[in-house]
Amino acid sequence: MFSVIQFPGSLDDRDMRFALDGVLKASAQLVWHKETQLPADTRGVVLPGGFSYGDYLRCGAMAKYSPVMAAVKRFADAGGPVLGVCNGFQVLCEAGLLPGALLRNRNLHFGCAFVHLRVERARAPFTSRAIVGQVLRIPIKNGEGAYYAASDELARIEANGQVVLRYCDANGVVDEASNPNGSLANIAGVSNPRGNVLGLMPHPEHAVEPGIGGTDGRVLLGSLIDAVRGAERAR
Amino acid sequence: MMRRSDPVVDLALAREHGLSDAEYARIVEILGRTPSFPELGIFSVMWSEHCSYKSSKRYLRQLPTRGERVLHGPGENAGAVDIGDGLAAVFKIESHNHPSFIAPKQGAATGVGGILRDVFTMGARPVASLDSLRFGPLEQPLHQYLLAGVVEGIGSYGNAVGVATVGGEAQFHRCYGGNILVNAFNLGIAEIDKIFLARAAGVGNPVIYVGSKTGRDGIHGASLLASAEFDESSEAKLPTVQVGDPFTEKCLIEACLELMASDAVVGIQDMGAAGLTCSSFEMASSSGTGIALDLDAVPQREAGMTPYELLLSESQERMLLVAKAGREDEVAAIFRRWDLEVAVVGRVTDDGRMRIQWHGETVVDIPVDPVARSSPELDRPVRAPADLGERQKLDLASVAPEDDFAGALCALLDSPNLGSKEWIYRQYDQLVQGNTAIRPGGDAALVRVRRPDGTPTRKGLALAVDCNARWCWLDPRAGAIAAVAEAARNVACSGARPLALTNCLNFGSPERPEIMWEFAEATRGIAQAALALDTPVVSGNVSFYNETSGSAIFPTPTVAVVGLLEDWQRHAVAHFPEAGLAVVLLGETREELGGSEWLAQRRGLEAGLPPAVDLAHEKRLHELLAAGVARALIRSAHDVSDGGLAVALAECAIAGPDSTEGRRGVGAAIRLPCTIRPDALLFGESTGRVVATSGDAASLLELAKQLGVRAQRIGETGGARLSIAPLDGEPWLDVELEQLQACWRRAIPRRLGDAG
Repeated sequence: MFSVIQFPGSLDDRDMRFALDGVLKASAQLVWHKETQLPADTRGVVLPGGFSYGDYLRCGAMAKYSPVMAAVKRFADAGGPVLGVCNGFQVLCEAGLLPGALLRNRNLHFGCAFVHLRVERARAPFTSRAIVGQVLRIPIKNGEGAYYAASDELARIEANGQVVLRYCDANGVVDEASNPNGSLANIAGVSNPRGNVLGLMPHPEHAVEPGIGGTDGRVLLGSLIDAVRGAERAR
Repeated sequence: MMRRSDPVVDLALAREHGLSDAEYARIVEILGRTPSFPELGIFSVMWSEHCSYKSSKRYLRQLPTRGERVLHGPGENAGAVDIGDGLAAVFKIESHNHPSFIAPKQGAATGVGGILRDVFTMGARPVASLDSLRFGPLEQPLHQYLLAGVVEGIGSYGNAVGVATVGGEAQFHRCYGGNILVNAFNLGIAEIDKIFLARAAGVGNPVIYVGSKTGRDGIHGASLLASAEFDESSEAKLPTVQVGDPFTEKCLIEACLELMASDAVVGIQDMGAAGLTCSSFEMASSSGTGIALDLDAVPQREAGMTPYELLLSESQERMLLVAKAGREDEVAAIFRRWDLEVAVVGRVTDDGRMRIQWHGETVVDIPVDPVARSSPELDRPVRAPADLGERQKLDLASVAPEDDFAGALCALLDSPNLGSKEWIYRQYDQLVQGNTAIRPGGDAALVRVRRPDGTPTRKGLALAVDCNARWCWLDPRAGAIAAVAEAARNVACSGARPLALTNCLNFGSPERPEIMWEFAEATRGIAQAALALDTPVVSGNVSFYNETSGSAIFPTPTVAVVGLLEDWQRHAVAHFPEAGLAVVLLGETREELGGSEWLAQRRGLEAGLPPAVDLAHEKRLHELLAAGVARALIRSAHDVSDGGLAVALAECAIAGPDSTEGRRGVGAAIRLPCTIRPDALLFGESTGRVVATSGDAASLLELAKQLGVRAQRIGETGGARLSIAPLDGEPWLDVELEQLQACWRRAIPRRLGDAG
């Protein structure tokens, strides 16, 4: 069972549940942010996109104080898979579950567009269905999506292999022209050192149906479902 | 009823409130006494042009508002149309012009917030927005600032509230130099048996206030700001602009929809223009009841607010609802869970009066009906503009023929009116809620329909908004007919059947007979076209006083049409999907250059009669497009409009949703029979035409013949160039797509000095 956390101001919460549940046939439930415990059958947690608390302060800065976040942290510490998408990524950075921060886009505008992503790591629980170098087409939509980390931290992230996805062009070339928002090293997705917490600026839940965004998002969400099902079988 | 600190109410104060002498006399007659200060405030907003439609209602009555599928027409918060499966499409377009000129970001943002509330008030989840925008020349720093601010405002609100902005239009003309237009459209989906109306029924039922607290913002925003023209002092009106809070709106949407899923609600109304006053009067008036309100119970943002301020504040994100007696706690629990204000502020009464208490005294006691329903109706003088004949005069023989077709095409594509609008729509979340099948950049947007519980259906709704204001200036009736025809044609291009329309009628001051003539003509045109195309008018809004120091905008009756696709997956796109398809031109090209972009941009002339519209042909064209798409004979369909056939072909080749991903486009080689002047053939804007592609042209031509639509095969897609040639001779133009794309994509950003 997936728990999709619903903060006030979450916007892609239902879309994430629909992608997991309605399209990919894994079970998923919305969990209100005021809960202090995750439902007992939770095997994976997703923090969805949106503008939690309006993001009037720094993005995600308020949501990290929501009661449910302590439970999410315990779940992550125990090795459970936690995915944060867009605002969820920002919340995970604010909560200290992921390194770095998301800054205002380079051109200072909100940007909604389909971008290409090169898979840098192919492993459970988020990219086991991919191969390294594979190019995915998934949309971004954010105003503060420029990934930033101090240079020593960035070096550690790279050395540890925590960069999971980078912005690239249709042919997989990672360069300045294919960087949509000014993210350092074209980073679109980054994990914690252990690899069980992932933050993504792109929205895989908006790329699961042919005709509405395509199906490349299934590579990421499908990997996560495989991992959760594996964990459920192992119990 | 007179409070010591209130100003003395007399005719002079009434005039300051924008009331006429006759209106003030009528108020005294209704009350049988001098009104109190808050009462004067109530009459002034309720009888303002913005709230009462006093100058327009005699013309609006002629609009066809009924149809087989119409569930609720004008008069409710939004129109509702039956789309089958027990579901309704609920939609409306509304202006926020004046506030957006004074404070572009907040003005546009609250425009989006207001239209969303109109839709979810009906019990519908808002799913898709469109925006129709008009600015002055983009070369002017003021209009660069206004464009950037308005787009940021629409984005900041729509993106943060989780409703996709899926399309729209933006035009630039000096007539909007002192008055920009910001028209916001929203569409929501409701279950038909769960539609809610603004009703205050059931004597003794509680009147409950929910949402944000009331502050001193936006007082007289609607009545003064939107009901008078601008002059040099307009910036002093800044405090009348409201401030939006999309986060609260998002919580309010969820809380209201949660509450409406129960059966505790009797009626609900958003507090928009004139806030608490308008909403309570409308609810009581529509039910023939009265309301007793206690202003002390109203959640207040600041201390010391007077009854006048509390009643007229236009603080955003507030709703008034009537619940069943005894269900108050249930209502309160839902709103508290979302951290929203909730307070019982009154009761429904049976005496048809609005009685308002404050600090234990009665500050307002007036009969509901004369204020709400029997508001004044004016028959303003009407006179055709003296220079109309001059405007319409065009001697084509004296217009130098085009001698550089490729240069003309590039110049047109490089203009902000015809160039790519990606700079704008990239700033909007086009995807949230996961239903967007055709994103901005095509003719119509297409959204898949879900049930309110999130279950997807096979149905899709196509949405488009249009208006050629230059045509409306040259001939308001013909221009309005063309606006309806174009919006419907855009929807039909996706394969959808046009269902109904909503309109936003933007005009100058109704106090000038020439403007009222434009209004009368335009509404006649909309009525005529809506009737012929079977697209009833289910909602709308009138925005007068779009003029500054006596200079009015072109009449701009913006029309948004909603169409239904039975199977959303079976649709046509606007751009050429691949090489090797036949290009088929549907409809007839006549020698019509009057009012065209080519004439305006290349010859500096805005004159002549706009192209004729054959409504019977348009109707047949709808049939052909629906059948052609359903039978997969049509792969793509793009309406020929501003810039004519050459621009339409270029757009088919270079546009498309993926143009931002380095898509190089799909070229075409076109050959056209030529019996008129070549510039009219390439750049004339004859209506009723569509550029379609097909993998089976013979069957498409046969189908067109059966349905009585003129159709001709004019070429084939493929290659990286667009060439357009006569049947026997050298091409008029033969251009690399890359060159066209460079002009088209940079048209707006290069004028803003923006790399993005």
